[in-house]
Amino acid sequence: MADRTTVSGSDAAGTSATRPVEAVFDRRMALLLLVALALSAAYMTVSLRGNIAFALELRAIRLVALWQVAVAVAVSTVLFQTLTQNRILTPAIMGMDALYLLGQTALVFLLGGLGYAGLDPALKFAAESLIMTTMAATLFAPMLKGRTDMTLMLLTGVVLGILFRSLAALLARLIDPNAFAVVQSVSFADFNTLRRDLVWPALAVTALGTAVAWRARHLLDVAALGRARAVGLGLDWTRTVPALLVLVALLVAVSTALVGPVALLGLIVVAGAERLIGSRRHARLLPAACLVGISILVGGQLVLQHGLGGASALGIVVDFAGGLLFLALLAGGRR
Amino acid sequence: MIVVSNVSHRIGRAPILTDISLTLEKGGVTALIGPNGAGKSTLLSLIARLTPLQAGTITVDGLAVATTPGRTLARRLAVLPQDSAIDARLTVTELVGFGRFPHGAGRLTDADRAIVAASLQRFDLGDLAGRFIDTLSGGQRQRALVAMAHAQATDYLLLDEPLNNLDMQHARALMRTLRELADTERRTVLVVLHDINHAMAHADRVVALKDGRIAADGPPAAVAVPDVLERIFGYAMRVVDVDGDPVVLHHR
Repeated sequence: MADRTTVSGSDAAGTSATRPVEAVFDRRMALLLLVALALSAAYMTVSLRGNIAFALELRAIRLVALWQVAVAVAVSTVLFQTLTQNRILTPAIMGMDALYLLGQTALVFLLGGLGYAGLDPALKFAAESLIMTTMAATLFAPMLKGRTDMTLMLLTGVVLGILFRSLAALLARLIDPNAFAVVQSVSFADFNTLRRDLVWPALAVTALGTAVAWRARHLLDVAALGRARAVGLGLDWTRTVPALLVLVALLVAVSTALVGPVALLGLIVVAGAERLIGSRRHARLLPAACLVGISILVGGQLVLQHGLGGASALGIVVDFAGGLLFLALLAGGRR
Repeated sequence: MIVVSNVSHRIGRAPILTDISLTLEKGGVTALIGPNGAGKSTLLSLIARLTPLQAGTITVDGLAVATTPGRTLARRLAVLPQDSAIDARLTVTELVGFGRFPHGAGRLTDADRAIVAASLQRFDLGDLAGRFIDTLSGGQRQRALVAMAHAQATDYLLLDEPLNNLDMQHARALMRTLRELADTERRTVLVVLHDINHAMAHADRVVALKDGRIAADGPPAAVAVPDVLERIFGYAMRVVDVDGDPVVLHHR
């Protein structure tokens, strides 16, 4: 087959052909790791006053929470984008954060502001995670039967998202202003009102989910080639994909239940990581996305807490930046 | 040996394939031809288990495609699906490396690398090895995808309209390479073709589908007959003899 293209950089092609493809840890990854660690160290130490042991403990727990939310959001978004073959989607499109909001609003509506505050947090967390995973599984049930119409599923997700949002808005109009303030406060991700008692159980779920995603990194590379090619290469699509989507739901549920919806964080994190490392191989994209997520969340919280005096919730800032990026991605097309 | 027995398929209520039985012996190039909507691609996807079977059975070397684990089958049968965009930033080498996935856990050994290098060589992709696939022309990309299927090192190679988007030079080169794979590496090639003259020139056996049934089956000389072709495609076309090879004047 003789297609003689004049490749000017043929020696460059030669060197990259000999370069091991699987190199995960290179200079850029090291840089990302350094930034994430430096920001975390700064977060722990900047303007420490008063009871240092108490402040350190408080900050350490928040740091752990920031890390695991970043990792859960990054991993779930990478998985979701790979499985849906779409760079602009995030799990939020499945209506997951809307369902969370509806649940919170309904609880406040039924129990009142005080009753809501008095709920056993661990129980509430478990119930929320369960409900959100169940909903995801229901959405994917058609796929489990071998019907793999991703478009239909996404459309269902979007419509359900609108439904949940509208219902939540309706309930919010029916409750008294004080209770509404409670709803408002859970509607945006906020690391100041973090549930400390939930950090450790959530950490276990996040760690487990991330480990599973990491083990599946080669499968994910194959899945990214599209369904037909992946099946041709031996990927058991009807079994693997629903399982991975349930994993996505679990990770989203955990991070949402912990701090509230951070819908657009995933978009920023994955788009940023992909541009920074210039690869979509999961062995590199997964860790890079996690590190970018950690840097954004920890850095953002650092600035918010010490620079702006805690004037806003981190989730609002992230959503604002994410919205701008979303528009930029739409306007710029796919690369 | 690929054995298709009593396979029927419908999409919604429309019958696509009706009671197809077909046996493909090991070795050689078999071309699947027929008008649009005859069920060629559906039959190929069913054999390659890209589409779940509805009725009938298909076995590859005795393994039922419906029940055999995907990876086991992927070591015996490689498929080039109809061209669709790949939304991943990969170099040609990385793409061809995916062909080794069924044989390992995704990590390439030195032996895998040698096979990938051989496939790159075979499809004349040496100069393009480090290029990203989204920077390639349609013909180059198609070659890279065929090289990936080749690197899978399977006995059976199924290709769904591989000549789409290829110019004459590349179409000819690809068909000659398929012929060569059958002759020198003893691969069994099943290829869906639209260009009937490519089928006549390069295939050992031509299977024609029409309205979901087998309309003709035999060596090129037996199918390249005006009566048979008219039955398949629905209009009369001349067949002329050029140096002993039948040439179908389907475009006149």
